[in-house]
Amino acid sequence: MKAAAIALPQFNTRLWLYAGSAIGLVVLASVPGFVGLYQTQLLTYGLIMAIAALGFNLLLGYTGLLSFGHSAYFGLGAYTVAFLLQWLGIHSMELYILMGLPVAAIVSALLGYICVRHTRIFFGILTLALSQVLYSLALKFFWVTGGSDGLRVPRPTLLAGMIDFAGSGGFPRFIRSYYYYVLGVFVLSAAIMWMMVHSPFGKALQAIRDNETRARFIGLRIRRFRWAAFLLSGTFTALAGILWVPLNGLTTPDVLYWPFSGEIVFMTLLGGFRNFSGPIVGGIAFTFIKTYAVASTEYWQLLLGTVLVVLVLLLPTGIVGALSQISKRLWASKEIAT
Amino acid sequence: MSILAVQLLNSLFYASVLFLIAAGLSLIFGVMRIVNLAHGSLFAVGAYIAAWLVGRAIGFGVPVIWLLLVIPVAALAVALIGIVIEPLLLRPFYRRAEEYQLLVTFGLLLILEDLMRLVWGGLPLTADTVMDAMPVVHIGGLVYPGYNILVIAIGMAAAVALWLLIYETKFGVLLRATSQDRRMAAALGLNVGLVYVAAFAIGCFMAGLGGAIVVPSHAAVLGMGVEALVLAFVVVVVGGLGSLKGALVGALIVSFVRTAGIQFFPEVELAVLYLIAAAVLIARPTGLFGTA
Amino acid sequence: MSLLRTIDLHKHFGATHACDGVNFTVEQGEFLSLVGSNGAGKTTLVNLITAHLQPDSGEILFEDRDITSLSVAARIKAGIARSFQLVNLFDGLSVFDNVALSIFARQGKTAKIATLAANDGEVRRETREVLAEFGLAAKSELPAGELAQGERKLLDVAVAYALRPKLLFLDEPTSGVSSAEKAQIMDTVSSVVRSGAVTAVVIEHDMDVVFRYSDRIVMMHEGAFLADGPPDAIRANEAVASILLGISAPASSNAA
Repeated sequence: MKAAAIALPQFNTRLWLYAGSAIGLVVLASVPGFVGLYQTQLLTYGLIMAIAALGFNLLLGYTGLLSFGHSAYFGLGAYTVAFLLQWLGIHSMELYILMGLPVAAIVSALLGYICVRHTRIFFGILTLALSQVLYSLALKFFWVTGGSDGLRVPRPTLLAGMIDFAGSGGFPRFIRSYYYYVLGVFVLSAAIMWMMVHSPFGKALQAIRDNETRARFIGLRIRRFRWAAFLLSGTFTALAGILWVPLNGLTTPDVLYWPFSGEIVFMTLLGGFRNFSGPIVGGIAFTFIKTYAVASTEYWQLLLGTVLVVLVLLLPTGIVGALSQISKRLWASKEIAT
Repeated sequence: MSILAVQLLNSLFYASVLFLIAAGLSLIFGVMRIVNLAHGSLFAVGAYIAAWLVGRAIGFGVPVIWLLLVIPVAALAVALIGIVIEPLLLRPFYRRAEEYQLLVTFGLLLILEDLMRLVWGGLPLTADTVMDAMPVVHIGGLVYPGYNILVIAIGMAAAVALWLLIYETKFGVLLRATSQDRRMAAALGLNVGLVYVAAFAIGCFMAGLGGAIVVPSHAAVLGMGVEALVLAFVVVVVGGLGSLKGALVGALIVSFVRTAGIQFFPEVELAVLYLIAAAVLIARPTGLFGTA
Repeated sequence: MSLLRTIDLHKHFGATHACDGVNFTVEQGEFLSLVGSNGAGKTTLVNLITAHLQPDSGEILFEDRDITSLSVAARIKAGIARSFQLVNLFDGLSVFDNVALSIFARQGKTAKIATLAANDGEVRRETREVLAEFGLAAKSELPAGELAQGERKLLDVAVAYALRPKLLFLDEPTSGVSSAEKAQIMDTVSSVVRSGAVTAVVIEHDMDVVFRYSDRIVMMHEGAFLADGPPDAIRANEAVASILLGISAPASSNAA
């Protein structure tokens, strides 16, 4: 009887994982059929933020480093797309991604090299300060970056130019097609992230997070791992920025401003940073919460700030964390019953 | 020659304001090991309260020279806000991980920014009258506001006062003891909770004072706090977090680099600043005098 | 050739000489206990040998190779591992993953990012073996943070053991557990270590444990060696007994 009780939860967790993901995927895939264009667009933004938060959480949840400068990578992705358009006339979404990611990787590698020599508070301060270098560059070099007006990015072509959105009816077609495109990229990147955190590399990161001394004494080179995590994290968040700008149609320095980094931290915490799916839930939920907050009151920052404080006080493990605690209690009570 | 003198004075003016903000941040970190992301917003609140008080005082026909009293009053108001914030929002998190503290202060930032918008609206709030009321100084052939010199004097006085408080008073001993070893201090019978509130209040006072002295020169605008925090961070990155000397030296360096930058490389003045900060970090990873 | 040799090792903290010209040798296959009162310098010596600290002067030779300037990672690769007095585990990972990670690290597989850790059959097999040897197999899926203290101490040793070192330093592996558990832990540790042909140096305070399990006992006092020899010789050493007040050798010997 006892052996069964120990074995079952394991079997169940895997099953729940696959079942839950499959159901979630089916639901997400059928959304445009049931809701209007506006909601579809909103959910697209939500998925984009989910990617950003997933990337961010590689550093926080899995490596134990809290960055307050991830707006830099998101904005870097967005601006790179704008530059590719402006200087090279590129319209292809695939090229945006293929060319934007290496740029982000290089910048993350550079900034990461400076930042991972520090930990905890100083790391956070440094990531914030360095991200603002990019912000001030975007603002000051207005003849390149459009300054505070930003740069426009019209609808791209998808699937190597096979799909474009010119002509009448282009907008609704774009919204629906782009939703599926982003969903596809989201599924792919979530799968990649899942694999990374469950790989030996991912286990090593978690070990370093849990106990740096012990990790060093099984032979792990701490700084190297942290730097690698930083690089991957920044590149992932940049992908979100790349996907975001064609939908938004415009990139401005606001997306590099540090309060946006705070929003990324917020959404990750909202979903829960100790779970894999937390950032996904948080990214989508935050997008909807913020949109409705902005729509309902002029003082949406006040609302969001209060939500954040209450959240940190009452639900430190976020939505997913709270749900999993509830389900554990239900499961435990079932075990006692049997 | 006189232009150089003016630039020097401008740098010192800017440094005084930066010092006040950074010193407050460093003090709070040094004693409580908290970085308050809303610190810049408290600076902004100080500016808004000061400008608002000036406006009301003028409305009541208060003679202009009394308006200078608004400055310490505004700073005290911010300190009072700090006394309310600490037990409500910060105390529940001392036992928790640092991440949560940063998050809760970020939430506080959002709340404060919108409260300022709610109370004072979206238009800039000025206090020019105070500046105009002060006599001008003649430097070479140039005319320079005497108010700026007052600000520099206030900055220097604050530095001296803080130094005296921390190193020469009994309360300063309490502060230093608590910052070095909180549990030991509690074991020795020190009321750590009280020390924390006091330290936080002093830090907020400094931020509010910074806002109050800058507003006659630069109007209070929404978002000034968010901007100020980044600069305060650069100051502590250069000077070191948790050190009074660091805040002073950092503020001076940042200020002079910025002034020189604006003069000679106006587009990249901030980038030059960050470059200097990066150089300091490579040489001394915790900043020049850091304890972090 | 001795497995490990330190030559005139010095380390001081301010005015305290934690290691005062220490010449320490460890022979292959020994089960050695390092004893002495608190502050005698035992942990400092181990920290120096494992590169947790840098010596002020002196050399450390491992298999006749000078390792004094090698990093922590390099020394682990050479074959030196350690456990910790205050249990140091990866509390967020499962017991299984704690040990598996040592094996991944040892095999240089921690850079692998494109494969699932769960798919490495070789590592999983070895992990199961190590956990079985240490009696932790039943708890392998639990997070390390949820184990009882005695199990945590065993896991700490297991994590170090999984590095398959030639020389294993155990810093107070039985501290903080009840006396019943102490014997259990030491039985497990000593049998695993001996069957694996690993040389072990154990820092211990419980003299009963020391006398029961060690081949050789080295006693430190104020940074220097006071006595060095098999349990019988140490028991008979009056200087030892007089210096260490309160620690009396057991009257009857039931050690082999």
